Amino acid sequence: MAAGLRLEKTHKHPTLMLAGETLVLDLCGGLWLPEHRTLIVSDLHLEKGSSYAARSGQFLPPYDTRETLACLHEAVVRHDPARVVALGDSFHDARGPDRMEPGDRAMVAALQEGRDWVWIAGNHDAAVNEGLGGRYADALTLGGLVLRHEPSPEPVPGEIAGHLHPCGKVAMRGRAVRRRCFVTDGSRLVMPAFGAYAGGLNVRDKAIDGLFPGGFTAHLLGDGRVFAIGRAQLARD
Amino acid sequence: MAPTGAGKTLAGFLPSLVALAERGPQKRAAGLHTLYVSPLKALAVDIARNLDAPVAEMALPVRVETRTGDTPAHKRTRQISRPPDILLTTPEQLALLIAHREAAEFFSGLRCVVLDELHALVTSKRGDLLSLALARLHRLSPGLAAIGLSATVREPDELRKYLVPQGPLPSSPSAGAPSRSHAEMADTVSGPGANPLSRAGEGQGEGSGPSERGAISTRRAGAPDPEPSRPPPQPSPGPERGQIPPPMADLVIVAGGAKADLRMLDLGRALPISGHTAWHSMPAIYELIREHRTTLVFVNTRLQAEYTFQELWRLNDDALPIAIHHGSLDAQQRRRVEAAMAAGQLRAIVCTATLDLGIDWGDVDLVVNVGAPKGASRIMQRIGRANHRMDEPSKAYLVPGNRFEMLECQAALDAVEEAAQDTPDARQGALDVLAQHVLGMACADAFDPLDLYDEIVSAAPYAGLTWESFEQVVDYVATGGYALRAYERFAKILRGPDGLWRVRDARTAQAYRMNVGTIVEAARVRVRLGRTLRGKPGTVLPKTGRVLGEIEDEFAETLTVGDTFLFAGETLRFEGLAEDECLVTRAPAGTDPAIPSYAGSKFPLSTFLAARVRALIADPFAWDRLPKQIGEYLLQQRRRSVLPGERDLLVETFPRGKRYYLTAFPFEGRLAHQTLGMLLTRRLERAGLRPLGFAANDYGIAIWTTRDVSERAALDPDFIGDLFAVDMLGDDLEAWLDESAMMKRTFRQCAVIAGLIERHHPGQKKSGRQVTISTDLIYDVLRKHQPDHLLLRAARQDAATGLLDVRRLGMMLERIQGRIIHRSLDRVSPLSVSVMLEIGRERVYGEGADEILAEAEAELLQEALS
Repeated sequence: MAAGLRLEKTHKHPTLMLAGETLVLDLCGGLWLPEHRTLIVSDLHLEKGSSYAARSGQFLPPYDTRETLACLHEAVVRHDPARVVALGDSFHDARGPDRMEPGDRAMVAALQEGRDWVWIAGNHDAAVNEGLGGRYADALTLGGLVLRHEPSPEPVPGEIAGHLHPCGKVAMRGRAVRRRCFVTDGSRLVMPAFGAYAGGLNVRDKAIDGLFPGGFTAHLLGDGRVFAIGRAQLARD
Repeated sequence: MAPTGAGKTLAGFLPSLVALAERGPQKRAAGLHTLYVSPLKALAVDIARNLDAPVAEMALPVRVETRTGDTPAHKRTRQISRPPDILLTTPEQLALLIAHREAAEFFSGLRCVVLDELHALVTSKRGDLLSLALARLHRLSPGLAAIGLSATVREPDELRKYLVPQGPLPSSPSAGAPSRSHAEMADTVSGPGANPLSRAGEGQGEGSGPSERGAISTRRAGAPDPEPSRPPPQPSPGPERGQIPPPMADLVIVAGGAKADLRMLDLGRALPISGHTAWHSMPAIYELIREHRTTLVFVNTRLQAEYTFQELWRLNDDALPIAIHHGSLDAQQRRRVEAAMAAGQLRAIVCTATLDLGIDWGDVDLVVNVGAPKGASRIMQRIGRANHRMDEPSKAYLVPGNRFEMLECQAALDAVEEAAQDTPDARQGALDVLAQHVLGMACADAFDPLDLYDEIVSAAPYAGLTWESFEQVVDYVATGGYALRAYERFAKILRGPDGLWRVRDARTAQAYRMNVGTIVEAARVRVRLGRTLRGKPGTVLPKTGRVLGEIEDEFAETLTVGDTFLFAGETLRFEGLAEDECLVTRAPAGTDPAIPSYAGSKFPLSTFLAARVRALIADPFAWDRLPKQIGEYLLQQRRRSVLPGERDLLVETFPRGKRYYLTAFPFEGRLAHQTLGMLLTRRLERAGLRPLGFAANDYGIAIWTTRDVSERAALDPDFIGDLFAVDMLGDDLEAWLDESAMMKRTFRQCAVIAGLIERHHPGQKKSGRQVTISTDLIYDVLRKHQPDHLLLRAARQDAATGLLDVRRLGMMLERIQGRIIHRSLDRVSPLSVSVMLEIGRERVYGEGADEILAEAEAELLQEALS
């Protein structure tokens, strides 16, 4: 019974080894490093909704920032991390922080309270997010792991990156399921986007597939748990 | 009201031609006199051609022009500055015209508006859009006569209300407009009983006697009537008014028309229990084509069109010119087929609903309807496509694909015999359409919200709109209508110190113009024939072959390389998606298409026909009229289980293999059954019976479980009754709706129509596939943070009658309370076999994503272990 329970738990948030470090693939789309008590989330794309209003006059529901932060809050409560790393593209555009609601701003401050908070620079938000706490870095090294926004073109063992918003698609019997996913070949790993409005790129796309010449496994975020799907089972878009 | 062929379209123009002829030649343009609106661009062009002939013959001083999406910009501009006498257009183009800055001037002299195929328009959101435009026309041009042309419908009064203002109209929004008394005039002259003709017509308008078959009805409102009777003054508009009979347009009916020669194709041998392809009837259909000059072969889905076309060509030893026509085919190809048809070069054309409406296709002398008729009115429309003349009978065959469809065909034959109609109920105006209209009105001119409200509730579909809802719509248009006031500084419409609302800037107005309309096509991808590189199998050269047409993005999504499917009359092999194109190659001859379907049955069985099918089953004396084999089938069902009464619901439970099955036969159409299936599955799950899946067709559903339902029902006599209790439509429905993929699709349509998502941006070319942001993500976030948002309300309103058919399900659950007949059987009954055969054929959207993922994961594990 106990074993069964344990199995279920590991399945919901399965564990991987990468460069000698333990990674827990959290169903919310974050990565938990228990040995470093560090939670990594990538591509939050905060204020993506409001960027549409500013740019093209489309009034998308302005609740995406709130929703993304609520999910992050849930993961932070569950793990109580000593450190949170936002792996780049935390804001959808450079003006994002200006458009942020005071309530959401306070939420970020509350999440940062008593923790080391690291904003890794992304391509959408290369500049410093003014007025928001935490420290800034281009990359971060944790034990055998290197954390940066964009995956390096050449294989780097132990690299954890985001940027590509990987999604995996499983098509079977006339039905298709497309979900965000972690992608790894056991040496490096690309994280799914965490933001509520962040879109996705199929893992079979050259931009992702090309990073893993020896093949990969995608860990898809299902409704109830994370599923490990082989490259052969994943369909193109 | 008349079946096609009665000449009602030209009749609709007669008053205008007479008036224009009497007016005589004008020195300078006198302004637009008559506006004609048709649901189809092609129809507008066709009518223009048909009008040109009499106008030229009689040398009338009348200028007739069309305005469609194809009209070049310079001609549009000229049409505004120098309007023709008669303009023929579509609802979308009319929406653009009334949103034009010059609209008030342009329409000020309009005397007459003719709405063609009104019965087809009013059942959709396009009808809502048109009703709002009509309200504006009534306001811009007091005394306007609105004429509706319609096939026979069940409730003519709904159309009569549609044509005239349902309340007093404010004065024209433009400066220097006629005084308010003119507007009242417009209201009063179109009041009930204004014309003696209407009284003559009303008696026949209720739709039961055979006398109104083939009738013509020209509905007129307004000025032509010399002595209007004045209805009592009405209180301010709002949902509470309604004690006073609503204003209605006059109804003119001319009886006549030959009775259709309609039969069911009986092969004299047993039909399969399931399936819709009617493969067994193809040789007989081919023979019929040979025996007639020109045959229209109607089918219900594009897939069926593809299949039928291919089968007919397989049999086509005489190489008869047989063509195919459906909405996915490349537009040029469709035009070629239409031209060949008009020129009398084709012997048969296999088509879907794209040819339902009234373009004159020349010399059709036979209509064949393959598959279930689905509705009595629909089938009468289709029959009317043959012999486009009133005095000759239309000849038509109904071809059932399976035994149930035989019942349905018989029910349809009976209905046609009685001329019973089953057109849908009048619509409640959609809020997303209203939002689009409000922005359009701000583009035309500054608006006063009180006046605009009065104008909107004068449109019949919006007569019940509350002031609060209207305010919500205006707020939505301005800043998105969010409780979190995030977008005030980006507002699209702004209220000035004078209390009037104005559009923000030219860019917003341009975006409105680029996104007008209510037809949200499923995102589509082009299908392009690629070439396989010789010597390098598996390599396909993209961008080399021709475009065959378009398929729904959603279908393309489910394809994997190597899948074969029928399209454009060929079996194709899917080679992959390249940018926004679906790349295919021709499959080797003799390949059976592997993917069964890319669109389910398009029309659900009408409530009316469903009731008739139930009555047929319940009445053994009626079986004489059915082909013998179907009587035997029903007798077998009675021996093995039971035949339900007309109002009963039969539920059967039985074991099969290692599973247990529950089947039920509500006869409420596939959409309602799919919703029912979802809800029953949830309940069975909670009851611990571990359901695994379900399948649905137009007649019933089958659910399979790992635990025995019969056993549970034996222990608890109320179990089955509780399972179907009405309260299923409460929390269960809400919970399911929230995550249903159908609901997300419904929401997407509302979001596009209401302008939340713009399909086109100024200065940017976009294809359907390049969606800026997933509406599914937006839906999830919105329902969590503002569940009462206008667009969620709009989506729920749509769900009640649209993809989910919740309203119909509710009526069914009410009907069967205390009338459930449950049978525990040892094995599957004849009736249940029909729905069991659907298992694995139909896909069900949005449920059990984790099951699919788990299966794919298991494959990986297997690989790892082997």
